[in-house]
Amino acid sequence: MAEPLLEVVAIAKRFRGLKAVSSVSFAIEAGHIVALIGPNGAGKTTLFNMIAGVYAPDAGEIRFAGQRIQGLRPDEICVAGIGRTFQLVRPFAGLSVLDNVVIGALRRSPRIAEARRKAGLILERLGIAEKRDLPAASLTLPDRKRLEVARALATEPRLLLLDEVMAGLRPTETDRMVEVFRELNRETGLTILLIEHVMRAVMALSREIHVLHHGELIASGAPDEVVRNPAVLECYLGEDAA
Amino acid sequence: MFSQINPRARGLLAALALLLLILPWIANNYVLSVAVLILYFAYTGQAWNVMMGFCGQLSLGHSLYVGIGGYSAAALFVHFGIGPWGGALVAVAASMLVGAIIGFLAFRFGIGGVYFALLTIAFAEFTRLGFDHWQWLGASGGFFLPVKQREFNDLLNLRGSPVMFYYVMLALATAALAFCTWLLRTRIGYYWLAIREDQQAAQALGINTFRCKMIAVLISSGMTSLAGVFFAFYYNNLFPEQIFNMGRSIEIILGPIIGGIGTLFGPILGAALLALLADGITELMAQIGIELPGIKQVFYGSCLLLVTMFLPNGVWPALARRLGLVSAPGPDPAGNTVRHPDG
Ligand SMILES: Nc1ncnc2c1ncn2[C@@H]1O[C@H](COP(=O)(O)OP(=O)(O)OP(=O)(O)O)[C@@H](O)[C@H]1O
Ligand SMILES: [Mg+2]
Repeated sequence: MAEPLLEVVAIAKRFRGLKAVSSVSFAIEAGHIVALIGPNGAGKTTLFNMIAGVYAPDAGEIRFAGQRIQGLRPDEICVAGIGRTFQLVRPFAGLSVLDNVVIGALRRSPRIAEARRKAGLILERLGIAEKRDLPAASLTLPDRKRLEVARALATEPRLLLLDEVMAGLRPTETDRMVEVFRELNRETGLTILLIEHVMRAVMALSREIHVLHHGELIASGAPDEVVRNPAVLECYLGEDAA
Repeated sequence: MFSQINPRARGLLAALALLLLILPWIANNYVLSVAVLILYFAYTGQAWNVMMGFCGQLSLGHSLYVGIGGYSAAALFVHFGIGPWGGALVAVAASMLVGAIIGFLAFRFGIGGVYFALLTIAFAEFTRLGFDHWQWLGASGGFFLPVKQREFNDLLNLRGSPVMFYYVMLALATAALAFCTWLLRTRIGYYWLAIREDQQAAQALGINTFRCKMIAVLISSGMTSLAGVFFAFYYNNLFPEQIFNMGRSIEIILGPIIGGIGTLFGPILGAALLALLADGITELMAQIGIELPGIKQVFYGSCLLLVTMFLPNGVWPALARRLGLVSAPGPDPAGNTVRHPDG
């Protein structure tokens, strides 16, 4: 079998005393869509931030397309082919929606005209093309989530990290977003790792699910297996009971 | 975007250009000297704006680059007989070097925001102290360029009439405007705006923020030092206490703040408003017979206060909208400037 596109080996991160992520390992095959779920505070975003180069792991190794990438800066990781969204959206508020995406596209298409053309196509794909000239600050939260995705896609990643981009979307909107990712995956072979609480989206998209709880990977496998896993049920129920 | 520059704006711009071109024929020497001052601050404001308005890096020590530029060119002229245009190359290089040192220290070690601003002040102050004791450049007693009455304007050596200086400054300010307009249309221009808006998001899009910020500092410091060269040859004297003064740095940034940070015409409008109004006020006071030292500073302070309270984005964006110079793209509840408020 071919080498996985992303391989995370025993990575760990602590914040002062708190073990946010402890010794997590998994791998993602190229072309797969994989979900990362877990209760609030499980360490999902921290894991993303290590992959994306925001935090250096305290231990372990991250390999992308056969290269060790831990210790690289976020921009170098983007250039290597990993795009990411932010859970707490970070639009360039004072710039237009289109320019937000153009900036993402400029990495691979240095010519402005070309970048604008590509950005326009991506906005259309995500259904916010008619808002292209509005300042990003004026967008509603769902649209900001879409912009977040559009901008990351504009960098033409091989692996896309999505951090709760469906949160706050209505079910029909969720379905549309799911369809966009399916299309991208089918057309371009885009590999996706998504953090998501919206199980509707997780079940519709993912081929594999990893469950994080208190910084540890407690289950991995096919969606229908994982959701029946007693340990998984317990961690979610325990959360509700608390 | 730029295609949106509407005919009205174009007409106004053409009229302004014409007025500026013929000004020496219709204005007396006093008006011309005010015009030189306006153009000077339009230019330095434009240069400062590259760092702050485009890239979001606040410098409160831009007098440093004016001083280094002025002293470099003046020293080469007085000590080695090298003309200002050759001297300008050295001046620009020297300022860029100092800018690079400041930028490197700050950006490598993650110094941003207020601390970056403080660093720029510190550098300007330390440089002033150094020049205060540098005998070769006259130290605190001042450094002077030889002044001689001439019959002809000597453009090569920047010796001549106020009219010549006016046109030189006009050319510089126009070139700066064109250059900045162009910069905003390039990849680095977009990257600067991204960094200004959100550095971490910019980085996630593959932008090497260190490199982009360094380039902004280099361009801004290099541009500013040309103003210093002009200053030296226009006034023919340089005093560390004056040229490196923090007050000078503040004067540079007032124009863009009042006109509109990050806009292309803001620095120009701001410089004009400040100079004309400040002049008007002092004139008025003189007429009434009141002489108040520091009235100009009080005036600057009031302007700043009023603008930050009522027009936080500066006068230009509001004025441009009012005059219908930009095709407004849509509602903007947050009151943020959309990219290219200049249309
Ligand atoms: N920069 C930080 N400094 C200190 N503690 C942090 C930091 N970032 C995260 N943490 C802590 O690490 C733990 C994991 O946080 P993380 O954001 O990774 O969780 P998450 O799984 O993404 O949660 P959610 O579903 O709420 O987004 C939490 O206890 C959080 O408070
Ligand atoms: Mg999270």
